[in-house]
Amino acid sequence: MNFDLTKEQALFQQMVREFSEKEVKPLAAEIDEEERFPIETVQKMAKIGLMGIPVPVEYGGAGGNNIMYTIAVEEISKFCATTGVALSAHTSLCIAPLLENGTEEQKKKYVPKLASGEWLGAFGLTEPNAGTDAALQQTMAVEDGDNYILNGTKIFITNAGYASVYIIFAMTDKAQGNRGISAFIVEKDMPGFSIGKKEKKMGIRGSATCELIFENCIVPKENLLGKINKGFKIAMKTLDGGRIGIASQALGIAQGAMDETVKYTKERKQFGRSIAKFQNTQFQLADLETKIQASRLLVRLAAFKKDQKLPFSSEAAMCKLYAAETAMEMTTKAVQFHGGYGYTREYPVERMMRDAKITEIYEGTSEVQRMVIAASLLK
Amino acid sequence: MKIVVCIKQVPNTTEIKINPETGTLIRDGVESIMNPDDKGGLEEALLLKDKYGAEITVISMGLPQADDILREALAMGADKAILLTDRKLGGADTLATSSALAAAIKQLDFDLVITGRQAIDGDTAQVGPQIAEHLDLPQVTYVENIEFDGKKTFKVKKATEEGYQLLKANAPLVVTVLATANKPRYMSVKGIVEVYHKEVEMWGFDKLHISEDKIGKKGSPTTVFKSFSRGAKAPGEMFEVGPEEAVGIIVSKLKEKYII
Repeated sequence: MNFDLTKEQALFQQMVREFSEKEVKPLAAEIDEEERFPIETVQKMAKIGLMGIPVPVEYGGAGGNNIMYTIAVEEISKFCATTGVALSAHTSLCIAPLLENGTEEQKKKYVPKLASGEWLGAFGLTEPNAGTDAALQQTMAVEDGDNYILNGTKIFITNAGYASVYIIFAMTDKAQGNRGISAFIVEKDMPGFSIGKKEKKMGIRGSATCELIFENCIVPKENLLGKINKGFKIAMKTLDGGRIGIASQALGIAQGAMDETVKYTKERKQFGRSIAKFQNTQFQLADLETKIQASRLLVRLAAFKKDQKLPFSSEAAMCKLYAAETAMEMTTKAVQFHGGYGYTREYPVERMMRDAKITEIYEGTSEVQRMVIAASLLK
Repeated sequence: MKIVVCIKQVPNTTEIKINPETGTLIRDGVESIMNPDDKGGLEEALLLKDKYGAEITVISMGLPQADDILREALAMGADKAILLTDRKLGGADTLATSSALAAAIKQLDFDLVITGRQAIDGDTAQVGPQIAEHLDLPQVTYVENIEFDGKKTFKVKKATEEGYQLLKANAPLVVTVLATANKPRYMSVKGIVEVYHKEVEMWGFDKLHISEDKIGKKGSPTTVFKSFSRGAKAPGEMFEVGPEEAVGIIVSKLKEKYII
């Protein structure tokens, strides 16, 4: 039993901290305000290998592991949850299903360019009528000679427009329900594929969240990912991994808000002393710090199990549930500790509180996480 | 091209605490980092490697934990790392340090030796020039840019108080680099993953082929008489104005202090 990071992980944390402080932090408020995707930061991340952390060297990655990946998403999200989710969606929702389900040709064709960051990746499952009940897919894929023809619409797709590769789910056999869904690798320039309206959001406002439109989109048969009609399982397994990424993002948001709050409560004086001297402050911060630390241990446990190739679905749900709810609580209280200043955009906790909310919703709502945990408990 | 870069592990603080009895630094509880000027020197070496191809050896003298900064240098792109570590090397002043480093460098094949201008813990700026003297090599200090003709001549941009000097010098050569020369690259993720599978060579006293009275405390003519923290200076005032308004402000400030 050992709770320490390895020397390699600690050195990696030192590097990502420095990178986040110097490259991510200075842009965080601006990209939120302007609702602008931080493409320049993604390019900088690509240059040092952050876009392919847990990808084997033979596929152009850094040969790291999922623990390192969670460290990266956490450290980046301490300052900017938008940048954190761009990395998370790219790694967990696009590269991971390709590595886990792709043929050798598919992996050779797509993974090296994604891992190097030359291409950004995305994932499309959600539809207007298929959110938590993802089996209600209306996007259809019909065989036509050497191709599949896709028709339908996906919504709320992270990295949309900036991504070159999309993992898309569509019905190939409607009569079979979720056993009739297949996964496809769709390139941004495939005929009939276009990007629809961009969402205006409460938080992670720099993240590109758009609609994807498929109008007789022609996808070559060799771009079927995994077996025909086995896409739902791919989607669920991919989301298990994605939850570790989002939990890391939530953890980062919580830690970032805690760091700001510690700094502020020590500086801010009321009634003749710093507000950190009040027991009300101390007890609340002690509870929150405990929750943050517990979130981190849950995140690392899930990542560790994934690295060890052990089942991790339940642990992924737990870390996502707990870290997301901790992020929401921490950021809400961070605003409260900051008082009126906290409600303004002069201080980052206002943005952090808006950013935290989505972590309780996307890649499985907190309710879905409870369903997953209970199902595993009561099976 | 073969480049040797000297790097030092220093405490990451501008408020260094000093043990009042021994006059030495208290390092406990202070994070250690690669000295900023040395990191600038390493980046210059890596830039030369990017452009012309080079093999870079980083070398440090210090406690075994200086392994950390050597690994950092390897993860940034250096090829080989050597740590001079031995009890006999302890308590060294700049002369004893440069003697030990020069004795090690002498055993390596090199075209260029790069050091940082000075370390943030001692601020002497002596070790680099002393290494050049021990090795009997030309030296250029306060360097901000190094170009190479691909054969044996370096074109070096040296910062002076008045501006810059552009100098040409042939290999082998010693330069000392400023942290402001560049923006050092980050360690690469792949570099970090691989770095603990690489070797940092540990060189003890026996490997240096140098007389014991030239190194460590014995080889250090400097004795610290007294160390103290300099009192805090009041923060300055910044005015971002045009030249004409600036003249007015300066004159009124000088009058305020009865200087004019």
